[in-house]
Amino acid sequence: MDALLKLENIVMRFGGLTAVNDFSLTVRAKELIGLIGPNGAGKTTVFDVITGFLIPTAGRVILDDVDVTPLPAQKITARGIARTFQNIRLFPDMTVIENVMVSFHPRLKAQFWQAALGLPSYRREELSIREESMALLQELSLAHLALERASALPYGQQRRLEIVRALATRPKLLLLDEPAAGMNPQETMELADLVRELRDRYSLSILLVEHDMKFVMNLCERIKVLDHGVSLAEGSPSEIQRHPDVIKAYLGDAKHA
Amino acid sequence: MTKRKRDLFLSFSGLLMLFVILLLFNNFGSNYHIRILNNMAIFITLAVSYNLINGFCGVLNLGPNAFVAIGAYTSALLTMTPSEKQLNFIIEELIYPLNIIHAPFVVSLLAAGATATLFAFLISFPVFRVRGDYLAIVTFGFGEVIRVLCNAFQGITNGPLGLKGLPAFTNLWWTWGVAVVTIFVVINLINSSFGRAMKAIREDETAARAMGIDPFRHLLLAFLISAFFSGVAGALLAHLITTISPTLFTFFLTFNLLIMIVVGGLGSTTGAILGAALFAWGGEALRVVERPISLGVFTIPGIPGMRMVFFSLILMIVIIFARQGIMGRKEFSWDLLLGGNFFRSKA
Repeated sequence: MDALLKLENIVMRFGGLTAVNDFSLTVRAKELIGLIGPNGAGKTTVFDVITGFLIPTAGRVILDDVDVTPLPAQKITARGIARTFQNIRLFPDMTVIENVMVSFHPRLKAQFWQAALGLPSYRREELSIREESMALLQELSLAHLALERASALPYGQQRRLEIVRALATRPKLLLLDEPAAGMNPQETMELADLVRELRDRYSLSILLVEHDMKFVMNLCERIKVLDHGVSLAEGSPSEIQRHPDVIKAYLGDAKHA
Repeated sequence: MTKRKRDLFLSFSGLLMLFVILLLFNNFGSNYHIRILNNMAIFITLAVSYNLINGFCGVLNLGPNAFVAIGAYTSALLTMTPSEKQLNFIIEELIYPLNIIHAPFVVSLLAAGATATLFAFLISFPVFRVRGDYLAIVTFGFGEVIRVLCNAFQGITNGPLGLKGLPAFTNLWWTWGVAVVTIFVVINLINSSFGRAMKAIREDETAARAMGIDPFRHLLLAFLISAFFSGVAGALLAHLITTISPTLFTFFLTFNLLIMIVVGGLGSTTGAILGAALFAWGGEALRVVERPISLGVFTIPGIPGMRMVFFSLILMIVIIFARQGIMGRKEFSWDLLLGGNFFRSKA
């Protein structure tokens, strides 16, 4: 199968600190991949490099056979990568539906002067954006909250809204940064179902960072382990669970135990 | 009748009422009242356009006085007759071709807006490389630089002497016409997808970029539109008071605009309009505090400038006790007035 996203030997240094070193990863269409590792392993840095928030010190990011390494975040999004954030980053003072409608803006056909003059051509487009956003909220069962302020939503719904907002950019690849953080076991289970459902319904590839091992092992088809910025192992959940290096990284060296 | 049709009907009725009020004042009002109404409309234009960048984009721009100055000088140099210019420029000759150019008022208004927009475009690149306090400092510096240049380039601006004897073209129809157009454009824009993008940048720039929004393009758009209307307002101001000099466009002007939009509510166009109207009206109403006050035995002499002390006090009280200002981020709507869903949130 063709690779959707290819990370080739990514190196990311901040001053003297090497956050990610010689990291490579291939994501194929409709794959569900987990990226795990202890705290400070460089997982979020990898996300920032993929989404254009950081330009890597060395290495290339290739999306659909195009080198997108130097592109800024907003252009990467336009090419089909969407993300959520480790700490929720909604637009707190805007309504739920407005939060989703923002994601349609980069694809807007009307020019600013058409909007400023309130021309019918613009108003039609505005209406269709509202309808599409509402449909998306409906599909992810947030429609009843459409007119609430985003900051007024309970925690779990805010996480869900962040996913809806990312989906509204029409991505091919969705990056979820600790989607289950702060959720109880019941909510975590529902989230796993949701992620699977999203992948099937929108034909997405999904790459997620998560600390909840049960969640990752149940959900992901392939897992990549990162430790101290270096790739430690890659394989199926069962392979990873038995991998000696992974056990060492998480539990310490058996000889010294 | 759908709600949209009802609102359109009510809005047109409101405009018609404004027209009748202006007509009455124009024909029967005293010069004093007409002057206050003119000031009010110019302040409204300035506050609404200033609020677009400060309130909706969440960018602390401290340089609108520069755009007002550029607009005022541009239009003045276009509407003054060549002979009038010769009378004004006694120290240094006005450079060619400005000394022979002569254009109608409406052309000068558009030219004022266009020139202000051009300057805004030129400084936007350094300005939007930074954010927050740094951006405030850069724009503040730009405002000062323009004022200093107005003093220095005697061959264009006549330096500290300023320009005198501008034709008094500005009347109620021009000032309120421009104010209505400004409000129309700004409200349409902020309620559109472009306005949503600007608010998203204000709320969380990182998240906005992750949703594919280019911050520079949208801040630039708001900045240019804001500069355009500030320039036009500057031209109206120049032809209202008929004499302009660099001292008119100091940081003080920006400070007054800040008072208007903060008191009205940052991020609310309705608030900006209310703030500007209150400021224009309050400035006159507070003249009493500058007169000598007799308290039986004592007589407090009149202190010029006391009004500004009052305005500063009001600003401080608002910041400490009512940071949201009059409107917060809410907007006027006909529903609100007719008692429908109260205070529709338009943040």
